[in-house]
Amino acid sequence: MKISRLELLTGRLLLLVLMVVTLLPFISIFTTALYPSNTVPSGFGWPAEPQWVNFVEAFQVANMLVLLGSSSFIVLAVVPVALLISTMAAFAIGQLRVPGSRFLLLLFVFGLTLPFGGIIVPLYYLERFLGLYSTRLAVVLPLIALYMPFAVFWMRAHFVGVSPEISEAAKVDGASTWDLFWRIHFPLAKAPIASLGILMAVWTWNQFLLALVLVEDPSQRTMAGALGAFQGHYATNVPLLCAGTVLILIPTLVIFVLFQRQIIAALLQGAVKG
Amino acid sequence: MKQRSFLLAPRPEANSRRPIRRELVVGWLFALPALAFYALFVLVPFLMSLEYSFFRWDGIGVMKWVGLKNYLTVFEVPVLFESIINAFKLVLFFSLIPVGLGLVVASVMHKVAAGTFGSVARTILFLPQVIPLVAAGIIWGWILAMPGLLNETLRATGLESWARAWLGDFDWALPAVGMIGIWVLLGFCTVLLATAIAKIDPSLFESARIDGSNWLQEFLSITVPLLRQEIGVCLTVTIIAALAAFDIVYVSTGGGPGNATAVPGIQIYILAFTEQRIGPASALAVLLMVLVLLVILPIQRLTREERS
Repeated sequence: MKISRLELLTGRLLLLVLMVVTLLPFISIFTTALYPSNTVPSGFGWPAEPQWVNFVEAFQVANMLVLLGSSSFIVLAVVPVALLISTMAAFAIGQLRVPGSRFLLLLFVFGLTLPFGGIIVPLYYLERFLGLYSTRLAVVLPLIALYMPFAVFWMRAHFVGVSPEISEAAKVDGASTWDLFWRIHFPLAKAPIASLGILMAVWTWNQFLLALVLVEDPSQRTMAGALGAFQGHYATNVPLLCAGTVLILIPTLVIFVLFQRQIIAALLQGAVKG
Repeated sequence: MKQRSFLLAPRPEANSRRPIRRELVVGWLFALPALAFYALFVLVPFLMSLEYSFFRWDGIGVMKWVGLKNYLTVFEVPVLFESIINAFKLVLFFSLIPVGLGLVVASVMHKVAAGTFGSVARTILFLPQVIPLVAAGIIWGWILAMPGLLNETLRATGLESWARAWLGDFDWALPAVGMIGIWVLLGFCTVLLATAIAKIDPSLFESARIDGSNWLQEFLSITVPLLRQEIGVCLTVTIIAALAAFDIVYVSTGGGPGNATAVPGIQIYILAFTEQRIGPASALAVLLMVLVLLVILPIQRLTREERS
């Protein structure tokens, strides 16, 4: 495609400006984190004496190791279960096409646009009633449930596209429905399952509202939930708050840079299909 | 289960139907775990929200039926009604600006950002989308603070009279929160739309060029109409983000100053968990869910049908 030099130049300039605007906030909290603790940094330049020790202090006061453990636990508890059961349900709806599957699909689609804020109050009282409040499962169980509309919808799109002949052939060979699912269809669905897994892992790691309301102890929350509590405690100590934020961002950023292709693709597809 | 379906169908003529019955049972068994989770932690709480919205309740004592009074409260108490207005004001920042600007940037990106430059731009612009919104709120809370990055920049460029505590200013707090939303969502919209533009048949652009169209004509006559569906997607995602906003607001302003940035999510939280007024909190929650549906459904309809 031919474009003029002027267009090329202005276009690239516009993009560059946008990239700088996107990155500046990150750079700004990084430099602010290096100012002496408990001071109010002025300006946004490199500090005269960078206080790398702030990161050590933030690591300790934010209880980073425990947090990493707790966040990882929540992700590892939510994602595999949600993947398995949503794929099973989507298999029933999109491939087995059991009677009533239209109704099932509608029921799940109903939850697609549901804001978490809409049901957070009853969730709190429900968990108190069930004895789940502030336990390790307090965030895990509702999150699995809240992902079902999107996950079932997403996996159904895959199963609708898979030719039923594969199932027919396997049935003639005497495969049970479970074999059909586990041995044949589940492996065939690897790609959409992987994308869905990435999506749900990112959403879980970043989940704030559920962690804030349903878990009292910040060290048992998700990363985002703990960050909220950390901000509450250290709002006045700007350098320490920034150091903590940087630390909490590091795992996300590392994972994003490593898997950026997959993550971007998954998030975009997720939006288009959902 | 197998045995039960057997017992239920002892008559001979039912024999032919047995395999179907079995399939039905097995099929529903596959859907059962997902359905059970969804029912217990989404559908039941949804119904409870509806129920609570008709009662006066402090979370501990006896629930008292009050009919539609809680809904009237939401409309009559200015603070609550304004939270809904604020949510719609946020739509401008979270949705209309990122989608509009994203369209322009995406079409520019398509032209000038091939190869490495393009993929680096993609990665960087997408970055705010993967970090927790809470972190975005904290980062911007500092940037927009009195001695923060923005005010320092204003001072350095001689615009000192503009410097202010943006998030603590009654007039500017909401646009400032909106600004955070733009930062988070612009990259997402841009990358999504750019991916879609890349799929448009290049010969369309070629022939437009030969006909002597400039960038703007091309943009309006090819890019925008062909991206109708993706624009719909961006609008849907971002409008939900605006109406259901919580994380960014909670962290950056907590709804203040006064109630200048209070959105429904914040008011639900305050009503339920600090004021123990479950009734009005639930009425607002129900209204929020209805509002999201009312706004999203027409967009879905408009942008999906045209293509097929």
